[in-house]
Amino acid sequence: MDAIHRKYLRMDKLPHIWCPGCGNGIIMGSFIRAIDRLGYDQDSVAAVSGIGCSGRITGYMDFNTLHTTHGRALAFATGLKMAKPGLKVFVFMGDGDATAIGGNHLIHACRRNIDMTAIIFNNHIYGMTGGQYSPTTPRDAYATTAPYGTMDPHFDIAKLCVGAGASYVARGTSYHAKMLTDLIVEGAEHKGFSVIEIITHCPVNFGRRNELETPVDMLLWQKDHALRMAKAAKMTDDELKDRFVIGRIHRADIPEYVEEYDRLIEMVRKGDTDRG
Amino acid sequence: MTKKNFEITVDRKLCKACGICVAFCPVSVFSRDHDDKAVVTCPAKCTGCRQCELLCPDYCVRVEEIVHE
Amino acid sequence: MNDAKLLAGSDACVFGALAAGVRFFAGYPITPSSEIANLFARELPKLGGKFMQMEDEIASMGAVIGASCAGLKAITATSGPGFSLKQENIGFAAEAEIPCVIINVMRYGPSTGLPTTSSQGDFMQTRWGTHGDHAIIVIAPYTAREAYRETGRAVNLSERYRIPVIILLDEILSHLRERVEFKEEDIVTVIDRKGPVPGTPYLPYEDTDDMIPPFAGFGDGYRYHITGLIHDKTGFPTSDPGTIDRVMRRMNGKLDYYRDKIVRVKYVDVDNADVLIVAFGSVARSAEEVVRSMKKAGKRVGLLRPVTLWPFPDREIREAAAGKRAVIVPEMNLGQMVREVERAVAGTVPIHPLNRIDGGLITPHEISDLIEELL
Repeated sequence: MDAIHRKYLRMDKLPHIWCPGCGNGIIMGSFIRAIDRLGYDQDSVAAVSGIGCSGRITGYMDFNTLHTTHGRALAFATGLKMAKPGLKVFVFMGDGDATAIGGNHLIHACRRNIDMTAIIFNNHIYGMTGGQYSPTTPRDAYATTAPYGTMDPHFDIAKLCVGAGASYVARGTSYHAKMLTDLIVEGAEHKGFSVIEIITHCPVNFGRRNELETPVDMLLWQKDHALRMAKAAKMTDDELKDRFVIGRIHRADIPEYVEEYDRLIEMVRKGDTDRG
Repeated sequence: MTKKNFEITVDRKLCKACGICVAFCPVSVFSRDHDDKAVVTCPAKCTGCRQCELLCPDYCVRVEEIVHE
Repeated sequence: MNDAKLLAGSDACVFGALAAGVRFFAGYPITPSSEIANLFARELPKLGGKFMQMEDEIASMGAVIGASCAGLKAITATSGPGFSLKQENIGFAAEAEIPCVIINVMRYGPSTGLPTTSSQGDFMQTRWGTHGDHAIIVIAPYTAREAYRETGRAVNLSERYRIPVIILLDEILSHLRERVEFKEEDIVTVIDRKGPVPGTPYLPYEDTDDMIPPFAGFGDGYRYHITGLIHDKTGFPTSDPGTIDRVMRRMNGKLDYYRDKIVRVKYVDVDNADVLIVAFGSVARSAEEVVRSMKKAGKRVGLLRPVTLWPFPDREIREAAAGKRAVIVPEMNLGQMVREVERAVAGTVPIHPLNRIDGGLITPHEISDLIEELL
């Protein structure tokens, strides 16, 4: 605990509710270090979250915080940012939150390109409800709703977001905590919609059912399976099997929605009627 | 160049005994007590990499450089 | 204000909302409410406001709440299936006390039903559509002129009391175009939400004497927490039974405390009537015609028209029904409002439901035929 925690966390709300060794605490640490580096005034930061373990993050951080409904954080954040473009908006979601119940909002947020940063905690499981499989649970992994192993193919969140048109996509892990701060900083500074997918660990509801008994085992798994882009580029498909890439995955310079809308207002007020 | 010294503290109230700092410290500064919580046993070995701080999910580890006058 | 206009009910809602200061709309196309979105899309940028067509109904409701948290007056419009989809987030707005207005243009249901056909099947859903006890206000205009004024009032009520307000139209009213002559009384005054008192500590859900906590916009320098979890006066979740009870009674109690400022009913020839009709929305137009035509025939029929549907004007109905030979409740459903009328009248006067569910509007003839039978 040091000055940075005391500055950005609501100290009276600690200890947090997350289980021993949970990746969410590590991510929150990386996030507040990113905010500190970005130098944002706390009053100008809005943190929006959905439902589930990840959704509780907004309760612990000293910003304008909005804990919304399951899957809908991006929808609330969209209204917030449109109404007050000066806000620096960060949206926290879990894998089920972002890609199952909120999947529609995620792809459309990517397409729209509003200047905000989505931070997706991908622990491959519904933790808070007791370990049901999610759209990112690896095939054949065990879950309380997949007692014989999951048969559903899984989403690659970063790929999904690139495909949907996000202008910045990166993937980090809870193990690479320092790199995660770098990625959040880069995503926040990017003009447009940025997505940071974080491969993280749920020791209680994923690990214990899938031969990763402790938080340490899970972090070691991340360390062993994550690959930097440059290294991955030199590897064969066979070598890349079951591994995942970390770092910046995609960046594009495309028009930002709020700015475009402001231009539209200006145009309409001048009496013009055609954007083209 | 002389070796830097660090003071490492663990807030027992916040520690949830996950064992992450113990496992990931490259020089084995920590061990676990009777409650499995982290205790600092070999602070002299600390290199100041702060991996323990970065990876502690409960912000209970603190590493401070000791500045000698 | 004296110029006459040809306005559809849907147009009137839009202009009423804009007059009350609405500067944000988020919606999703759905028959028969899409005209409302179309007009907001055209008009909002002219006023520096913002229109968003979202990916679905749920997102629209979420975006409206988000915009309201940042301080903009925000509105959405939908119809039956979309209204069902919005319910979870409407519950969020109720629980977190976020001002917002939802226009629901009723179409025939359930399910896809008859998309272009009118109905009054959402009467109960407007009140109890989301789960849990919650405060909500529902207003049902019956002309384009009233749709203008009442949508303006809906925005003001929502901002003032921090309660979601539903404007309940039906397909007929929304699409019907009529000549509207605005008068002095139609001018919409703008009422803003109460903000924090500068220089004093801000408690986002403070138990103030007026029961309405001051609302700070995000980014205005008050960092606080908004959640759909049951929270204490600081805004953070609580599981303390005493606190839960107190907070929930305050939130729901606002409706009782401000009931008389919220409830609006209109009376036509009620005092000397033998028979009382209770009707709202487009059915009230038929009922008004019945009062007129039967009067000519020397029959004494009155109409009580609830403009505010929820809180239900039970007291007004009880008083108006006293001593009447019968109360008639015509509705384009199988009998929803009639249950509330029965509760209000409590067995003191015979009540006769008149229900039509073939998709057609209840005609003046159908109502007058029933009255003839009774008299």
